[in-house]
Amino acid sequence: MLLFLIEKEFKQFLRNSFLPRMVVMMPLMMMLVLPWAANQEVRSLALCVVDHDESVSTHRLTERIVATDYFRLTCKAADYNEALQQVKRGEADIVLEFPVHFERDMQRGQHPVVYVATNAVDGTKGTIGSAYLTQILSLPLPGRQTAEAVLSPLSQQFRFNPHLDYKVFMVPAMMVMLLTLLAGYLPALNIVTEKERGTIEQMNVSPVGRLQFVMAKLLPFWAVGLFVMTLCLVLAALVYGLVPQGSIASIYVMAAVYILVVSGMGLVISNYSHTTQQAVLVMYFFTMILLLMSGLLTPVRSMPEWAQYISAANPLRYFVEAMRAIFLKGSTLADLNRQLTALLGFAVLFSVWAVFTYRKVE
Amino acid sequence: MTTDSEPVIYTEGLTKRFGAFTAVRGISFAVERGEIFGFLGANGAGKTTAMRMLCGLSRPTAGIARVAGYDVARQPEQVKRCIGYMSQRFSLYGDLTVRENLKLYGGIYGMSRTHIRQKTAHVLQELRLDHEADKLVGDLPLGWKQKLAFSVAIFHEPQVVFLDEPTGGVDPLTRRRFWELIYGAAERGITVFVTTHYMDEAEYCDRVSIMVDGEIRALDTPRRLRQQFDAAGMDEVFRKLVRVRQAGA
Repeated sequence: MLLFLIEKEFKQFLRNSFLPRMVVMMPLMMMLVLPWAANQEVRSLALCVVDHDESVSTHRLTERIVATDYFRLTCKAADYNEALQQVKRGEADIVLEFPVHFERDMQRGQHPVVYVATNAVDGTKGTIGSAYLTQILSLPLPGRQTAEAVLSPLSQQFRFNPHLDYKVFMVPAMMVMLLTLLAGYLPALNIVTEKERGTIEQMNVSPVGRLQFVMAKLLPFWAVGLFVMTLCLVLAALVYGLVPQGSIASIYVMAAVYILVVSGMGLVISNYSHTTQQAVLVMYFFTMILLLMSGLLTPVRSMPEWAQYISAANPLRYFVEAMRAIFLKGSTLADLNRQLTALLGFAVLFSVWAVFTYRKVE
Repeated sequence: MTTDSEPVIYTEGLTKRFGAFTAVRGISFAVERGEIFGFLGANGAGKTTAMRMLCGLSRPTAGIARVAGYDVARQPEQVKRCIGYMSQRFSLYGDLTVRENLKLYGGIYGMSRTHIRQKTAHVLQELRLDHEADKLVGDLPLGWKQKLAFSVAIFHEPQVVFLDEPTGGVDPLTRRRFWELIYGAAERGITVFVTTHYMDEAEYCDRVSIMVDGEIRALDTPRRLRQQFDAAGMDEVFRKLVRVRQAGA
């Protein structure tokens, strides 16, 4: 009986004029466009230099800063106040002030203080900008060995994503988002559509088992989800040259469990809904909250403590963690035991819930 | 399971309340095996609600109903194995073909693939739908959809088939053809339980019941009902019953 039902679901899906196209187009769009656009990398910061020293060293340093993609020199100011005026007018984002006798002090081995002021209205821009600037300043000046000791009090190293390339960070996140949207919304719309068309009545009056009915709804979307995952992995490799550090198999294991979680959630919502609008809005409500609290866009650890507790009950969080860990750090399933267990728990919870909320008798 | 002498549908004080509103008020009746039983009533009289309870789609608030020997409240899934149902609203999959719909429901009722193939060929011939077998059901005209829905409802040879206003919205000739299918099923021993508000259709039934305000006000063969109400046709019987209701109100 189950085979007949699954066959029916696949035929309906493939015959739909819209859904198969969406399942291909949405990953293409999101994978090709969004990692470039949804970018938190900071580039082309407007820099205003206040140079009280006007020495070879300060000129070299300024050149080196401007030579990167991150900064462009928009003005030179005579003093700090003038520079601040530029910031207020929006002509500059960041001010760099070299003190008088900078070169002399540096050669003497004293500690000249370089002053950096950033416009932190856009927090990310401010913090990342000043971090970049500090890093560039810390590099030794060629031919001036002494500078190394003076200007490099600490050294930073970005592990696993050495160039802080935002795409490397965003691509696994895009995969999570796509799986959530497609494997979540398609089932959410499915049962409720049968309710609206009245076709579910013919099912309810037949001896179809609740478990079989729900399985027949879950399995096709599971296949769709794995297809989307495959498409994403291929695109990531072809377009961004981004190959997972960990094993492909562990990505599929995680995805296979995660698809069941979101599809199950979609079916539960579909079972409770009477109309497609209702199902879509409720689904939207939950996916928004779950996505924003998953650590996908903002780190979980920087959330307030109460929010961190709530995010422990967020299946997305575990999948995001797992995907990033496998993709970027090369973690194995053994490393991600906690995430896998949590996801399995959610998968069972939502599937069972979906079976019990599907009512054949009013 | 039922023996042949036992009524295939039996209800006693069957009641359904939705909050303060009572849709079906303690109806009691029995339908014998092989009968064509007409279930008549004005819109909102409670026909569909009563039928949905008999099909195990809606749980009775009170009373007993047994279909094919099973209690509809306690054994709805066993009831569902023994019945066929055609809802008022077309409820086959419009995005599947004629053949695929038949196959799906054959499979759901546990028929083997070979059996499904044979039966499908037979049904397509009977409905003269051979050329449309691989067309999407959604593209068929309403009359054909209804005939197909009926064929799906009896595809697994149920003991009883429930038809909820099966011929709404089609012309008299198409309705007539539909009733030929009903007679065919009854000859094969399938009990037919049919709601309608076409009074000419009531004449085709072996027995009819007339529901007014959630109660069965009359139940007999069409001929005896005409005599009892001193009426020329079933629609006159019906009008008289409804007038009684209005006088009483």
